[in-house]
Amino acid sequence: MLSKREKDLIKEIWERLTPVAAEIGADALLRMFASYPGTKTYFSHLDISPNSSHLLAHGKKIVLAIAEGAQDISQLTVTLAPLQTLHAYQLRIDPRNFKLLSHTMLVSLACYLGDEFTPVAHAAMDKYLSAFAAVLAEKYR
Amino acid sequence: MVAWTDFERVTIKDIFSKIDYEVVGPAAISRCLIVYPWTQRYFAGFGNLYNAAAIKSNPKVAAHGKVIMEGLEKAVKNMDNIKATFTELSTLHSEKLQVDPDNFMLLGDCLAIVVAAQLGKDFTPEVHAAFQKFLAVVVSSLRRQYY
Repeated sequence: MLSKREKDLIKEIWERLTPVAAEIGADALLRMFASYPGTKTYFSHLDISPNSSHLLAHGKKIVLAIAEGAQDISQLTVTLAPLQTLHAYQLRIDPRNFKLLSHTMLVSLACYLGDEFTPVAHAAMDKYLSAFAAVLAEKYR
Repeated sequence: MVAWTDFERVTIKDIFSKIDYEVVGPAAISRCLIVYPWTQRYFAGFGNLYNAAAIKSNPKVAAHGKVIMEGLEKAVKNMDNIKATFTELSTLHSEKLQVDPDNFMLLGDCLAIVVAAQLGKDFTPEVHAAFQKFLAVVVSSLRRQYY
């Protein structure tokens, strides 16, 4: 459960990161590919080498979606409806992988924000990303 | 036997030489207790864990953080035999402390995040991956004596 304070904190952090969405997103993806090589199997159609335009574009897409969700967390199911359908019927990514990207996203945030990524911010962000992943997987079955 | 590449060996030793155990250990354990509050069930004797501020300033939590880092250092010094190095610790966590082993990676993830915050850009995806592998081996060794 997210308190109002946590929702505000999450919204504020993602607003701040929107200008560097591509950088953060690509970093999180690269970390996921390096630590969890099985995740690469979903990207055989893209060039996922560091700094590739595919990687940056894709990272940006992901971060912007997360940032958009953060604008009004109570409306996640509405905001994510199209992405739910995409992931369930087209991409069919095993939802266990969402946890992996959530973790590497947190690591990217830690690298980027340093000490500003306080335990309280970390807890809030972990909860938000878990909720985001859960909503994303809702249409799977 | 875990197969470590030269890069992984050097990287793990390098990470542990760069981080301050007195900072990283307490930070990681307190983060774990804050981000995953159900882990507090194992620390009932530690006093005030009521909120993030209390956890961060709790001296028993801090002391335990250092104990954890000392344990991890043993693994760094015995990378070719982490399994044997942790046999006793595994038995301790299983039989005496009765910790659900699924919790080990929660602490591991927090450790990765604390180290990332410390090392910043130096914690590249490759360095990070080596660290995750090290954590996975440690966790696996700690799980071994459970039955």
